[in-house]
Amino acid sequence: MSEYVIEMCHITKEFPGIIANDDITLQLKKGEIHALLGENGAGKSTLMSVLFGLYQPEKGVIKKEGREVKIKDPNDANELGIGMVHQHFKLVHNFTVLQNIILGVETTRGGFLKMDEARKKVMDLSRQYGLRVDPDALIEDITVGMQQRVEILKMLYRDNEILIFDEPTAVLTPQEITELMKIMKGLAAEGKSILFITHKLNEIKEVADRCTVLRKGRYVGTVEVAQVSKEEMSEMMVGRKVSLRVEKAEAHPGEQVLEVEGLTVVNREHGKKVVDNVSFQVRRGEIVCVAGIDGNGQTELVQALTGLIKTDGGTVKLKGADITYSSIRHRNTHGMGHIPEDRHKHGLVLDYPLSYNLVLQSYFEPEYCRGGFLKYDKINQYADKLIQTYDIRSGQGGRTIARSMSGGNQQKAIVAREIDRDPDLLIAVQPTRGLDVGAIEYIHRQIVAERDQNKGVLLISLELDEVMNLSDRILVIFEGQIVADLDPKTVTVQELGLYMAGSKREEGK
Amino acid sequence: MKDKGLGNPLQRQGVQNTIAAIIAIFIGMAVGLIVLLFTDVSRAGEGMLAILTGGVSDLKNLGQVLYYATPLIMTGLSVGFAKKTGLFNIGASGQYMMGAFAAVYVGVKWTFLPAGLHCLAAILAACLFGAVWGILPGVLKAWRGINEVITCIMMNYIAMSMSNQLIRSFIYDRAKNQSFRPAATAELPKLGFDKIFVVEGGTPSSVNAGILVAILLAVVVWIILEKTRMGYELKACGFNKDAAKYAGISEKRNIVQAMVISGALAGIGGGLNYLAGAGTGIMVSDTLAQQGFDGIAVALLGMSNPIAIIFTGILMAYLTVGGLAMQSFGFVSQVITIITSVIVYFAAFILFFSQIIAKLAKGKERSNANAESPPPADLGKGGEGV
Repeated sequence: MSEYVIEMCHITKEFPGIIANDDITLQLKKGEIHALLGENGAGKSTLMSVLFGLYQPEKGVIKKEGREVKIKDPNDANELGIGMVHQHFKLVHNFTVLQNIILGVETTRGGFLKMDEARKKVMDLSRQYGLRVDPDALIEDITVGMQQRVEILKMLYRDNEILIFDEPTAVLTPQEITELMKIMKGLAAEGKSILFITHKLNEIKEVADRCTVLRKGRYVGTVEVAQVSKEEMSEMMVGRKVSLRVEKAEAHPGEQVLEVEGLTVVNREHGKKVVDNVSFQVRRGEIVCVAGIDGNGQTELVQALTGLIKTDGGTVKLKGADITYSSIRHRNTHGMGHIPEDRHKHGLVLDYPLSYNLVLQSYFEPEYCRGGFLKYDKINQYADKLIQTYDIRSGQGGRTIARSMSGGNQQKAIVAREIDRDPDLLIAVQPTRGLDVGAIEYIHRQIVAERDQNKGVLLISLELDEVMNLSDRILVIFEGQIVADLDPKTVTVQELGLYMAGSKREEGK
Repeated sequence: MKDKGLGNPLQRQGVQNTIAAIIAIFIGMAVGLIVLLFTDVSRAGEGMLAILTGGVSDLKNLGQVLYYATPLIMTGLSVGFAKKTGLFNIGASGQYMMGAFAAVYVGVKWTFLPAGLHCLAAILAACLFGAVWGILPGVLKAWRGINEVITCIMMNYIAMSMSNQLIRSFIYDRAKNQSFRPAATAELPKLGFDKIFVVEGGTPSSVNAGILVAILLAVVVWIILEKTRMGYELKACGFNKDAAKYAGISEKRNIVQAMVISGALAGIGGGLNYLAGAGTGIMVSDTLAQQGFDGIAVALLGMSNPIAIIFTGILMAYLTVGGLAMQSFGFVSQVITIITSVIVYFAAFILFFSQIIAKLAKGKERSNANAESPPPADLGKGGEGV
C-alpha cells in the first residue's frame, strides 16, 4: 500500500486564455493536515475542483492509495471517501441541522425515514469529534460557525476519510477560528486526512503538517511547515520577498478635506439611529481609520458619505463645500473616490468587460465620450494603461468579462480605478477583505502612496492588524457613535478591543 | 497562449449562439414533423415540405414573408431592448395596439397632409402612442417599485378596450366591424416591391418600405446599445443596478427611458403593419394583438441582439407563410403554433447548446495543439515527492 492516501500527479487544467493548473502534483498522507497555499488565482480552487470531480483535467492522474482512479463527478469523489466543505456553505436554510446532515443519504424503511438511527449516529459523531450542534435547530437560526460544524458533520456522516476545507476561516470570528483549529487537529488525530486551502500563514503555522505552494497555476514546492518560517512561505507563494508590515513614513496632515458634523442615519425598518450624531474630520495627508465590530453602523456611515443612502440629519462637507444633498455623480466628479465594501454588488458590473468597468465613473467625460457616442479606442487605451500600471491579471486583457476574473484581481481593478481618478478623498471600505498576502501588501502600499500625495484617506476596516498597521488616527465606532479618537502609536490592541466592544469610552465622546 | 483559439470561428460567442439557435429550429421542425405524422401519415411529407418551402415557393410568398416579418421585428426589438436593460416588457402587445390605432387615426383623418408627410406623421403618431403606453409601467417601476410585468399586462387589456372604443367613436366602419382604411396618402411607399414580389396575373404581395424601416431601426437600436453613452448606462442598469447607482447613473431615469424607447418600437410596429396598404383596417375584437407576444419569442430566439432579431423575425414570418401553405394539405394551422412554441422552448436552451459547442470546439483545438510540444513546466524549488 502506498504511503499516500490520495495523490494528484501532474494535473493540468486549462480554461480559455489561461492555464489554471500546469503540471501540479499533490500528495496527501494519511492522518496529516496538508495546507494548500497560494494567492488568489493561483489555481487552488481549480485543483480541488478536479479532485472533487467538478472539473476533468486535461492531463495527469489521480491515485487513491496507489491505485489510479477516475473521478467524473462529486458522487465518484464521495464514493472514494472525499468530502468538501465549500467556502459558501451548501445547506438548506429552512431544514434542521439533522435533516441537512442526512440529506441525500437518508436511510428508510418502507418509504419512511429512520430518523432515530440517523440522530444517534450524528450525536455519536458530534461527541467523538467535539462538534457541538443542536440537531433540531433550523440552519437559518444558527451561527456561521455552527453551520460550518454541520458541514463537517455531513462529511463525517458519509464516512469520508479525506476532508477538503476551502478557505474555512474566511467567514469566522477569531473565537470560532480557534475552535475550528482544535476540531481539525482532532480529526487528524482520529486518522482523517485533511486538505486545507488557505492563504493565511498564521493558520498554516498553527495546524498544518506539510504545505504545498502554488503560484500562477504552477507547482512551487511542498515543505514541512515546522521547518520554514512564515516569511519563507510567503516568498514561495508570491515569488518575491514580501513585507508583512506596512512601511510608511510620518504623516504630515494638512487642510481638512472631509468635515462631518452631527451625521445621523435612521434605519427605515426598525426606526433606530444606526449612525448617531457622528462628527469627525479627515485632513489631507492622513489615513483615518474607522474601527469597529461589524454591524455598528460602518456600512451606513459610508453609504451616507458617498450618497448611496439619504441622511436624516447633520452635514457633510467635501473640500469646504456642503455635499450633504449632492448626487452621487457630483461627489464622484468633485474629488471623492470610493472603494466599496461589496465589490460584486457595488464595485463592478460583473457582466461588463474589464475595460468598461475601469471607466465606470468616467465614461461620460469628454475624453471617453463625444456627442453621446463612446470612444472605444480611448477606453481600451486607458484600460490597457491601468492593467499595466496596476498589474491587473486577466485572461484576455481589457476584453475579459469581470465575472471571470479572480477576486484579488477584481479588487485590484476597483482600487486602480478609484486611485487613478485622483480623488482628494479616498474612502476605502475593507479594501483587502478576502485577499492574499501579495495583494494585501500591494493595496496597502497604494493607500499609503495616496496619503503621501497629500490626499485624505478614510479607511473602514474590521481587521485589527490592518487598523494598527495602516492608520494615522483611529476612530472607534460603537452602536453608531464614535466613542474614541485614538493614536495608533500609543494605543494597544487590547485597549482598542475594549473600545470596540463598547466597554470603554473616551471622555467627552 | 493569449490569442490561441480566437482564430477558430467556433470559439466566438456569436457563432456559437447562431449554431445553437439553428439547433433549436431543427428540433422544432422535428417535433412539427412528428405532429404531422400523427395527424395524417400519408400527407405528412407534403405538409412538411410546404412548411419548409412555402416562404420561397414563389416571389409573392417571399414578399409576404417580409411583410409579416415587419411588425414581428419591431415587437421583437421592443422586447429585446427592454430585456437588455433588465426589464421584461410583456406589454409590447398593448403598445402595438395603441400605435396601430394612432397610425390609422392619423391615416384616416389627417388627409389635409401631402402624401409623404401624411405617412410620416402617421408613423410618428404610432411611435408617440406606443411610447406613452410604455411610460406608465416605467414610472410605476421607477418610483413605486411595482413590477413592470404586472402593470404591462394590465396596460395590454386597457389598450385593447381603449382602442376598440376609440375606433368605434372616431373611425368606425360599421359595415365591416373594423376601422376605416388609412387614406392612400398615408400608406407606406411600395418602392417597386409590388412589381418584384408578384406572380403573373395575381395580386402582388403587400410588402412595402416598412421592412426597410424595421431593419434600419434594428441597426439604430444596435448602435444605441453598443456604441452610445445611453446604451452603456442602460445596460449597466440591466446587469447590476446597485453598481450603476454607485457609478452615479440615475436608475429611475434609466427605467423610464428604456420603457419609452421599448414602447415606441412596439408602437411603430403597429403603425407599420396597418400602413402597409394591405387593404384592412383594425378589427374591433376582444383579443390582444398576437404580434406583441410573438415579439417575445423573436427576442428570445435572437438572444435580444437587435441584428439577430431581424433574422429571427423573418424566420417566424417564414413559418407563418409556410403554415398557410401547409393548410392546403388539410392540416390545421395550430401545427405552426406548436413548431414555434417548441423552437422558443428550446431557445431557452441556447446557452446550454452554446456551452456544448464551445466544449467541442475546445476539444478539437486541443488535439491540434497537442502536436506542438508544451514548454517544460518550471517546478521551482523544493520539489519534494515529484
